[in-house]
Amino acid sequence: MTSTNGFQLAIDIGGTFTDTVLIDNANQILASTKTPTTPDAPALAAIEGASSVLNQANVSWEQITTFIHGTTLATNALIERRGAKVATITSAGFRDILEIAYERRYSQYAINIEKPDLIVPRKYAFTIAGRMNAQGQELTPLDEESSGALAAVLADNAIEAVSICLLHSYVNPSHELRLRTLLNEHLPDLIVSLSHEVSPEAREFDRLCTTIANAYIQPLMSGYLADIQRRFSAKGLTCPVLMMTAAGGMTTLETAARLPIRLVESGPAGGAILAARLAAETNEPEVLSFDMGGTTAKLSLIDDFRPQMSRKFEISRAARFVKGSGMPVRIPVIEMIEIGAGGGSIASVDTLGRVAVGPQSAGSVPGPVGFGKGGTKATVTDADIALGYIDPKHFAEGRLKIDRPAAEHALQSGIGARLGLNATAAATAVSEIVDEAMASAARMHGVESGKDLSNRLMIAFGGNGPLHATRVARRAGIHRILIPQDPGVGSAVGFLFAPVSFEIIRSYYTTLLTANLDALNTLFQSMFQEAEQVVRAGAPQGTLKQRRVAFMRYKGQGHEIEVELGSQPLTPADITRLSADFETEYARQFGRRVPGMTIEILNWGLSLSSQEPALAAKLPPTKQRKIAPNSTRSIWCNVTDTWHDGAMFTRAELQSGDTFDGPALIVEPQTTTFVSADFRADIDGQGNIWLTSTQGAPQ
Amino acid sequence: MTQSNTKLQVMWNRLLAVVEEQGQALIRAAFSPIVRECGDISAGIFDFQGRMLAQAVTGTPGHINTMAEAVITLRARFPVQDMKPGDIYMTNDPWIASGHLNDFLLLMPVFFKNRVIGFTSCTSHLVDLGGLGMGPEGSDIYDEGLLIPPCKLGSKGEVNALLMDIVKANSREPVANEGDIYALIACCEAGASSLSQMMQEFAINDLNALSDYIIETSRNATIKAIAALPKGTWHSTLTVDGYDAEIELRAALTIATDHLLIDFAGTARCTNKGINVPLNYATAYTVFALRCIIGPEIPNNAGSLAPFRVTAPKGCILNAQPPVPVAMRHTLGQMTPDLVYGCLSQALPNIVPAEGASCMYDLPLRHVPEAADLGHQKFATELVFSGGTGARPTLDGLSATAFPSGVWGSQVETTEAAAPILIHSRELRRDSGGAGQYRGGLGQHIEVSSAIEEDIMLFLSVERVGNPAKGRHGGLDGATGRIRMGHDGTDLPSKGEFRIKAGKTLIFETPGGGGFGAPQNRHPNALQNDVEADLVSAQAADKLYRKQP
Repeated sequence: MTSTNGFQLAIDIGGTFTDTVLIDNANQILASTKTPTTPDAPALAAIEGASSVLNQANVSWEQITTFIHGTTLATNALIERRGAKVATITSAGFRDILEIAYERRYSQYAINIEKPDLIVPRKYAFTIAGRMNAQGQELTPLDEESSGALAAVLADNAIEAVSICLLHSYVNPSHELRLRTLLNEHLPDLIVSLSHEVSPEAREFDRLCTTIANAYIQPLMSGYLADIQRRFSAKGLTCPVLMMTAAGGMTTLETAARLPIRLVESGPAGGAILAARLAAETNEPEVLSFDMGGTTAKLSLIDDFRPQMSRKFEISRAARFVKGSGMPVRIPVIEMIEIGAGGGSIASVDTLGRVAVGPQSAGSVPGPVGFGKGGTKATVTDADIALGYIDPKHFAEGRLKIDRPAAEHALQSGIGARLGLNATAAATAVSEIVDEAMASAARMHGVESGKDLSNRLMIAFGGNGPLHATRVARRAGIHRILIPQDPGVGSAVGFLFAPVSFEIIRSYYTTLLTANLDALNTLFQSMFQEAEQVVRAGAPQGTLKQRRVAFMRYKGQGHEIEVELGSQPLTPADITRLSADFETEYARQFGRRVPGMTIEILNWGLSLSSQEPALAAKLPPTKQRKIAPNSTRSIWCNVTDTWHDGAMFTRAELQSGDTFDGPALIVEPQTTTFVSADFRADIDGQGNIWLTSTQGAPQ
Repeated sequence: MTQSNTKLQVMWNRLLAVVEEQGQALIRAAFSPIVRECGDISAGIFDFQGRMLAQAVTGTPGHINTMAEAVITLRARFPVQDMKPGDIYMTNDPWIASGHLNDFLLLMPVFFKNRVIGFTSCTSHLVDLGGLGMGPEGSDIYDEGLLIPPCKLGSKGEVNALLMDIVKANSREPVANEGDIYALIACCEAGASSLSQMMQEFAINDLNALSDYIIETSRNATIKAIAALPKGTWHSTLTVDGYDAEIELRAALTIATDHLLIDFAGTARCTNKGINVPLNYATAYTVFALRCIIGPEIPNNAGSLAPFRVTAPKGCILNAQPPVPVAMRHTLGQMTPDLVYGCLSQALPNIVPAEGASCMYDLPLRHVPEAADLGHQKFATELVFSGGTGARPTLDGLSATAFPSGVWGSQVETTEAAAPILIHSRELRRDSGGAGQYRGGLGQHIEVSSAIEEDIMLFLSVERVGNPAKGRHGGLDGATGRIRMGHDGTDLPSKGEFRIKAGKTLIFETPGGGGFGAPQNRHPNALQNDVEADLVSAQAADKLYRKQP
């Protein structure tokens, strides 16, 4: 955060809606709005949203001191294949890095799979002689003379952007740098992405894919970023535009234009940042963030108030939600598991007579059957309508008409008729299956990260998160849930808590005991300088936080463990401590150390960030008081399996200290919180809703 | 389906999730590269009778059915009334566990309210069991290393220290072996604990209703899929390279109303090298191949597997009997899908793909024996490369892609960083995919040498050097694999021990897949694309695709 004197604006452009939030210098939300996204000119919806919140709060453009922006434009350009015409140049003898990939099928039993489209066809895959070895020594000089011919071929094929990925460039980038210079001498307008700049890690396939994706969206994104800057400046905005990245930090327009691949999936990152912020405010060191929207549910783990990070994710999967079916992208990213379970997810019956939900979604058009906008297939939202959890009077402030009989009919005819179930039983089945899928994803994510879920606090948001939170939590063995304020625009709110930051990962292979510390310290020094330049552009003043890590493993194992190195140069005394830290964490994850094994390291990371805004003063909760509902409504109780009168509350009317038992519904404009019969609700001093299981902790 | 059936379905989904969780945990903790790169593990949950309810889907099909049978065997060997909480049973007997000594299988009874209600089991590939090491050179099972008959590894949570010492004392990698066995124990325990938690949550005291539901639903769906197939018996023969002489594999597939029977009668006898295949392993790949076509969406369990029966005369190379050597049983085991598809394609001509490279192209490289004396660097690395898969009835084959195994290929940069070798080239082999209306997948051309001018040992056990992947329905054969020292070197056989001399480059070419349908019927645009992409040469396009019949 660069300044806390004025007002702060955050805009998250999603696929369906553009969310805008305005906060004051005490981090209080003054206004928020959802406007329909304008895909042809995304800046228009952003301007509309910004004008709307400024009007509501009576604030002028000049008073905005921070503007943070996130967009799905980069993600969508990749999914919808609206990028540039890209060619690749790789080392001679290695034309097929892309075609060969990891030599595997992503689905064990599927004979007729097709591999993901990795953007560049083989006819645009070119090579050039020149070779480095793994230590960065030149074995063969770069064939400079052939660069002219190569440039001519690129021009003949009308190539707009080229991604260059030469073997071992992460250790010695000189051939890549020289080749860019040579190509730009012939073709000054050619956009060139160099693999060592985009993703300086070993593993040529992943690095090449990341470089291709970056080159592919670079022309589009640099045009868009210039457009945003121009339009907002014309309105009177004087502060710089900062872009949200997948790693949950902010970066400048210049860096964003150079490395646009870092902007993908920035919306969901905002949600995780919000959850991390709430974790810090409520002093909860172990959190599961649960963001359920219309199409997908996103889960991430937050430990010690930091979202779990990853160095890799996949885009444009050939089979949606099937791991390994997409194009790997190696950039720093908040680790998140995304599954095809949202309000719009369509329910069906499979060949074994089992209910299945998603990943197909009815989206916002035609939408769930119960919204009466042309949907004909029963969805998760239809099940929630049929079970009485969505109150037609209050849903979306009454702007959307709920057709409950239509939802029930779709459930009965589409699901129930094939299984001999009535509408309620069909709705229950749909709900149980989708909730189990989300709980399983959460448990699996925990296992893969070596984390236990049972003591975690779930922070639930997104349009459908508060509605499904208790049902998912019970199945995942989680006993406490927090529903923040404005859960429907959680990602945009999260943007406002993000620091300006930059993270770099570089590869340098060594075993721990034989590490050349001088070489490592030099490596970190250069990483620090690169990161500092980027971060200082967005946060000129203030102290910076530095974090250095090594990704360590026992030689022979594949699983890496992240170990913090401290921010000072490494000395021989550090080696023993690092070895001990690794083994402690290993023992925590796997139950025991393995004495006598060599520890090896390939990748090293450095992240640099500005200070996050100070936490708001915590208001102590007022004395607990049991409150009575405004009204009741008949809802399906998923604990007793009977219809039951559920208490109805309006969120805006709830006060600090209020408490009541489920079954109950808490209604607010953007979503509804369902309190199952086995949960109790409490309102804290900040207006958060706490849901606590009344069934006690796990055994 | 009733309300309670919904609960059963949710519990089934939970069991499937639990075995996947177990599998992932095991892969993360494993020390063996074959586990990390291929997911050569298995994890399953079984009911009181030992019937398999759920099994993790992993990269290697070598444990399908194998684990289900192994648990039945162990369950019969040890009386349930003697079992105590915390007991664990173990074996690596190739004829019980998974076809060679490296695969260890553990079984743990699950207690709920002081009664055994089911079992969890898992399998993992350990790095080294002594003997001659993993290779085809052993003359019998005793040469291949340590065999542990079914025994009690843990008693009431206490690991048998003597047994662990024996495993370590008989291995070149004692620390890794111990680590892997502890990972297997942790995997069994995690499965047991998840299972009891689920029973608590859903308030059930036994698995009877759940296992009946899973097994019946799966069996009915499988039988329904079988009922839709044409009935009859079909025969096929597959000639493979073998160790030093070609071997004939034969199969007869009978499709009956409610089951399938594969019989390997007529298949050649075992050889004296370790490429013999115990029947459990041949069955695993056979059933995998059939399940890819017949009911692939139905999860593996006792119900879905029961209708697939496999038999073979004792002593044939697909039903090897002790004490023949079996260390490299995957070399031929991975060829059984092509053998089975030879039968099935006669019944389902428009569904079954052409033959593919099939056997994975392992390239294990090691320092030479005298390295220590010479002060040379000691290293061992196992690269795996794949050839092309067979063309499918409506799609080309996949180039450089593993099938039937799910092995992952290596990356050049990490390989060169971890071992003193230099890869000079790795590209698709033009014209190696069998020509056809749908083209076979292409193989790879790889060149590798020492990075430090020292000799390197190479251990080969691959297939399809002498016998190409055949095309189907007019499709042409894929290119055979070809291995030689330098561009002008003589060709090496598919199996054996060789030395890559300092300064020499090994040229390692993997086979292409067979084509499907006559090449003349290939769509001109598809052919044009292949020529533009240089996957098919202009000459081959003219000669193989454009010639008039």
